[in-house]
Amino acid sequence: MTAVPVTGATSLRANRRWALIAAYACLGIFVVFFLFPPYYMLVTSLKTNAEIAELASNPWIVTDGVTFSHYEHLLTESSFPRFFLNTTIVTVVVVAITMVISVLAAYSLARLRFWGSGVLATGVFLTYLVPDTLLFIPLFKIVGWLGLLDTYWSLILVYPTLTVPFCTWIMIGYFGSIPRELDEAALIDGANHLQMLLKVFIPVALPGLIAATIFAFTVAWANFLYPLAYIYSESEMVLTVGTVTTLIKGDVFHWGGLMAGALLAAAPPVILYAFLMDYYIAGLTSGATKG
Amino acid sequence: MADVTLQNLVKTFDTVEAVRGIDLRIPNNEFVVLVGPSGCGKSTVLRMIAGLEDITSGDIRIGDLRVNDVPPKDRNIAMVFQNYALYPHMTVEQNMSFGLRLRKVAKSEIRGKVQRAADILGIAELLGRRPRELSGGQRQRVAMGRAIVRDPQVFLFDEPLSNLDAKLRGQMRIEIQRLHQQLRTTTIYVTHDQVEAMTLADRVVVMNAGRIEQAGTPDEVYHQPRTRFVAGFMGSPAMNFLNCQVTEENGHTVARLADGPALPLPAEQAARVRSYAGRTLVAGLRPENIREAASHDGGNSGGVPHDISIDIVEPLGRETIVYFRLGDSTLCARVGTEVHPRAGERTSLVFHPDRLHLIDPETDLVL
Repeated sequence: MTAVPVTGATSLRANRRWALIAAYACLGIFVVFFLFPPYYMLVTSLKTNAEIAELASNPWIVTDGVTFSHYEHLLTESSFPRFFLNTTIVTVVVVAITMVISVLAAYSLARLRFWGSGVLATGVFLTYLVPDTLLFIPLFKIVGWLGLLDTYWSLILVYPTLTVPFCTWIMIGYFGSIPRELDEAALIDGANHLQMLLKVFIPVALPGLIAATIFAFTVAWANFLYPLAYIYSESEMVLTVGTVTTLIKGDVFHWGGLMAGALLAAAPPVILYAFLMDYYIAGLTSGATKG
Repeated sequence: MADVTLQNLVKTFDTVEAVRGIDLRIPNNEFVVLVGPSGCGKSTVLRMIAGLEDITSGDIRIGDLRVNDVPPKDRNIAMVFQNYALYPHMTVEQNMSFGLRLRKVAKSEIRGKVQRAADILGIAELLGRRPRELSGGQRQRVAMGRAIVRDPQVFLFDEPLSNLDAKLRGQMRIEIQRLHQQLRTTTIYVTHDQVEAMTLADRVVVMNAGRIEQAGTPDEVYHQPRTRFVAGFMGSPAMNFLNCQVTEENGHTVARLADGPALPLPAEQAARVRSYAGRTLVAGLRPENIREAASHDGGNSGGVPHDISIDIVEPLGRETIVYFRLGDSTLCARVGTEVHPRAGERTSLVFHPDRLHLIDPETDLVL
């Protein structure tokens, strides 16, 4: 009888070892696959134009010496800082508008049981399913009618149509997962709806709030179609379209500058993810109720 | 502290009538336990008192105030939930003081109240922790602390011990009792656990299908149940029910159990049921009233021995539960540990008629 559990335990350990090896192998491939583009961008951005153009050179490493000239040019001689500022303004305002609307909407849809709230919640999600390639033409009319064409305010107006439905949907899910006893306890403690939202729901649903913020940030930061359609002046452009339109002149691609610009443009979302991931993962709700 | 009065309280969810006309007056300082099976409406009643559920019809008064339309925060009540409902992002201290902070009570006063409540509950050293760092029992104490600091007129407990293990439940029961003795606040406590009901209550209110079956002291509901439901619900193992007939034998009024012995009825009970002679009634006899022959506590005095065949034996340490068949019914007896019954064995058990309940099967009322 004693031999059986020992064998069982050994095979379980062996199983676990193989599972770990397989997991690490898969993760390794995954990491290489996804880190290849940023690595390639970084290497290219540090090369001289001559080395980039040299077909015989090794694309994986810098051989002719590292240069920061592309970065220098971008930051001092191009409109890149302007694009960066415009993007930041658009993103911050859009994230703020999105979070205010979607948190309030999600709270009312998740908790204030009113007639039609279920249908409305589904409707909110369905609007998200309409692709922006369908929306940008009718929205062009509206933006034009409002006189906002060729200003980044058009993006501030339009982006929430992409972000609010999805963020509301995420927040409905998070708010819905908060045990009802928690609102009832707050109600008895004397909280009104605004206090309940601010002092109980938002802190408890912080991981959801962060997920929604990251989503809204990414959409507002990285959208290409709307700025391409609505903005034509360099002074109003955002990073995505600005970088491409100023660094690709006809059929001449300034690869070094493009790569440097893309890397700098990608940095804020990466930093944001890195900082907020811990909050995002932290299970703040544990201990609220019997767990 | 205040009286709580419920008058013809009704609650309907869509087409389902969850509470069907409850009348109950809970005097100041009383500890009332609402007990009943799942879905009997006890929690709904509590939630209506708390203001968490609208009232379909009827009246609720706390003190002299009719509170039907008063929001929960203005009812001066505090509630302890089954799932604790602690705010997970706040420390114990913040959890306990949340209500006071919302009411803009002075900070020094809040600190004093929280400290006092924490001392009462023995959680003073936990004030800086968050709920996730506490055990189930500690969390429930914090939930109670949150209720105490508000100094409410009425405490409402909604199955507060259901999530705790048996040992902790026993300890917390004693704590709740001690707390009530100390604070003397009117308390309404909902549970489906009859042991909690019996041990905690000044008065037990047994509910079934949205109605009050009986309200009385723990002794009354246990020993003088008014209905078959109450008789069967209170007590574990449950009361034995079997058919019987009331007849006159040798000048005595007896209840002849179906396929069992004839139990002579006490004079007072005999007078009450004489008119039912010849009709089939339901006899209710608790397991502790069927004992082994010549048991040490009282011997066979007044009891009627009867031979049975043992079906199943459950030794519990301080007593042994014996299941046996009598005609079509499976009955249960409690015997002492000095006897060692075995399944399949034939033995003689003694039926004690002094606590026999006779029930009219048409009305389910105890006669």
